Amino acid sequence: MSLKIIVLAKQVPDTRNVGKDAMKEDGTINRAALPAIFNPEDLNALEQALRLKDAYPGTTVTLLTMGPGRAAEIIREGLYRGADGGYLLTDRAFAGADTLATSYALATAIKKIKDYDIIIGGRQAIDGDTAQVGPQVAEKLGLTQITYAEEILNVDEKTRRITVKRHIDGGVETVEGPLPIVITVNGSAAPCRPRNAKLVQKYKRALGAQEKAALGDALTHTEMYESRPYLNITEWSVADVNGDTAQCGLSGSPTKVKTIQNIVFQAKESKTLTSSDKDIEDMIVELLANHTIG
Amino acid sequence: MNNVYVYCELEGTTVADVSLELLTKGRKLANQLGCQLEAVAAGTGLNGVEKQIIPYGVDKVHLFDAPGLFPYTSLPHSSILINLFKEEKPQICLMGATVIGRDLGPRVSSALTSGLTADCTSLEIGSHEDKKAGKTFENLLYQIRPAFGGNIVATIINPEHRPQMATVREGVMKKEILDENYKGEVVNHNVAQYVPQTDYVINVIDRHVEKAQHNLKGAPIVVAGGYGVGSKENFNLLFDLAKELHAEVGASRAAVDAGFCDHDRQIGQTGLTVRPKLYIACGISGQIQHIAGMQDAGIIISINNDENAPINTIADYVINGSVEEVLPKMIKYYKQNTK
Repeated sequence: MSLKIIVLAKQVPDTRNVGKDAMKEDGTINRAALPAIFNPEDLNALEQALRLKDAYPGTTVTLLTMGPGRAAEIIREGLYRGADGGYLLTDRAFAGADTLATSYALATAIKKIKDYDIIIGGRQAIDGDTAQVGPQVAEKLGLTQITYAEEILNVDEKTRRITVKRHIDGGVETVEGPLPIVITVNGSAAPCRPRNAKLVQKYKRALGAQEKAALGDALTHTEMYESRPYLNITEWSVADVNGDTAQCGLSGSPTKVKTIQNIVFQAKESKTLTSSDKDIEDMIVELLANHTIG
Repeated sequence: MNNVYVYCELEGTTVADVSLELLTKGRKLANQLGCQLEAVAAGTGLNGVEKQIIPYGVDKVHLFDAPGLFPYTSLPHSSILINLFKEEKPQICLMGATVIGRDLGPRVSSALTSGLTADCTSLEIGSHEDKKAGKTFENLLYQIRPAFGGNIVATIINPEHRPQMATVREGVMKKEILDENYKGEVVNHNVAQYVPQTDYVINVIDRHVEKAQHNLKGAPIVVAGGYGVGSKENFNLLFDLAKELHAEVGASRAAVDAGFCDHDRQIGQTGLTVRPKLYIACGISGQIQHIAGMQDAGIIISINNDENAPINTIADYVINGSVEEVLPKMIKYYKQNTK
């Protein structure tokens, strides 16, 4: 039995290693100062997909990501580890999307890919920590879902049902459900395998259209991209996936950010206090004001 | 119509604490908005379950009782909320930011094209002026949450979509019975009218749940004590502060070895790793093994007699003083400034 697997992956700013220059003076995030990484739990999801590929020969693993041109890096990282290909959804109209508009865009792209048995992604992304996109994609595709997965235990060829061990509050659960299905994977699942040196050699020049355009005249071996189609990372716009722009990006997002308050960087300068009533009360008032407590 | 709803999560037939906390918050929001508080509970063998719910000031409990609704699976519970909300059109829906709430909420919000904000730490009612559209929205739910790895706090609103949905973690809101004799209505719904048979596609074949003694790993605030706390009795001060702040109590290895605190609360290399937004280190010197288990905390307060305690170098607030003196003052001023 061979499976067709789509891995949902996101390029995220590394919020775990936030430096002092991560915030601009106006309180907005300085994304340029944060390294862009493969969302950690999406790597756990990729590993589960690659294990199925190992277990069921003929299985294909396709990455799907949404982001600016440089997010093609995510697809390359997947190719380096054994994925077969990928699509980058990229369009200005996708910008400013909340989880609902993001899941709409991903679902339309998945409908375009059309042939799939398992859609798998990380439980949540570290820049939002919402865990919403997986279930929302499932709902938009009319599929059931298994969230918080720890391990895919088995896929039954005859019944086309999948058995998954998942985390629940205060315990674990083993569930089985029908294909096609959406699965989201926990960070406590098996870590992703490292890059494969041979695959790095094969795919290191794989580029998206925007990356090629950015290189301009510096792009070497242009004839290579014609003779080796696997080096061309496909980019899709809203029009390419027959998307409705009203449901994409900012305009497709029911949630709006009213205000942003930068908390951590206000307090990063260490303060030394005495045990006097005034010092303690001032500290409590400050912690209440910035929502650290209360 | 236009009421506040809370989805009550069940383990067997016991309503989860987080749901009761949200009922308490939901009651306050409903009072502010001048509307009713309604609750939804779905499971198996729910006869009498409303007695756990109504005392929190719930005006109406919607019960969905059928085989196959416990243990929770995604589709049947989603269909219940989606179809009920299409009829009832709530303005707000709250649920726990638990595994269940975070599985269910997104599906419901997707089906209803309503906004959902995960893991809110505060919920308030307020207005919003959209200058571009020249519109003012009154009585919106401000969904306040940390974002971007806990580095910022964002206030999220859903001006034009209903219900305004939010999830909140256990322990963030206070749980308070409003009136043991509160009068609420119970509606037993016909589950088959809400859930098509085709929704029962996931089989739970094995399930292990252990009642946790504490939730140190997920706690947004941790009050931890070290050898410097001095005694098991003094550790009670930490529990007192933790109770006020909805925090959990942790300990360094030295405090555990001295018998001040149970081993399952040990934080550090050989214990638990915690990433709370606030870590209050009481009488902890800050051995590297301890630091390894808590250095990713958002804000660190160190209370120590020793000005040169190593932990002070990574603390945001260093309080030079004794635990016995400082903790009661923190409790006192926290109470004064939150009442």
